[in-house]
Amino acid sequence: MTTFFLFVLLVLAGLIGAYLYRVLQGPTIFDRVLGLNGISTKAIILLVVIGIVYDRVEMFVDISTGYALLNLVGALAVAKYLEQKGLP
Amino acid sequence: MEILSIIFILTGLFFLIVAAIGIIRLPDVFTRSHAVSLTDSLGAFLLLVGIAMYEGLSMNLLKILAVLALLYLQNPVIAHATLRAAIRAGLKPWKEETS
Repeated sequence: MTTFFLFVLLVLAGLIGAYLYRVLQGPTIFDRVLGLNGISTKAIILLVVIGIVYDRVEMFVDISTGYALLNLVGALAVAKYLEQKGLP
Repeated sequence: MEILSIIFILTGLFFLIVAAIGIIRLPDVFTRSHAVSLTDSLGAFLLLVGIAMYEGLSMNLLKILAVLALLYLQNPVIAHATLRAAIRAGLKPWKEETS
């Protein structure tokens, strides 16, 4: 079963590469914000799976909750700022 | 129970891969937001439910479900805020060229 979760871990880490392409390449700044949101969703799931692999789920789930809260506040702040500033 | 959780996790991975293909292939920011907010939410839901099944009844189950609820709150809210900023900045939605 650990092998299966390592496989899930590898696939998730590979998917982050696709979002990273959009963050680096995106024509407008809103594409980059959307890509960052996707990367943070993957990171939250990745932390829970790492907890399963290391057998310390109770600790890693707390870390991923904190990461999710930080991401929510940060992305909303960026969106509000861009809304008032307009296209750069 | 393990077989069921493996099925759930593999289905979730399939939807996450579809979302990653979508964010590379789709033409502009309004269409890409579908890949990020809709497909990503479904994939994350299936994957975390599979992990919760594997974990069994314990305190960790409640914590994983709390993370899931948080993901469901934040994913559409962030996509909506970003797209509202995009449309107020004057981006035009993509249209297919009719030749």
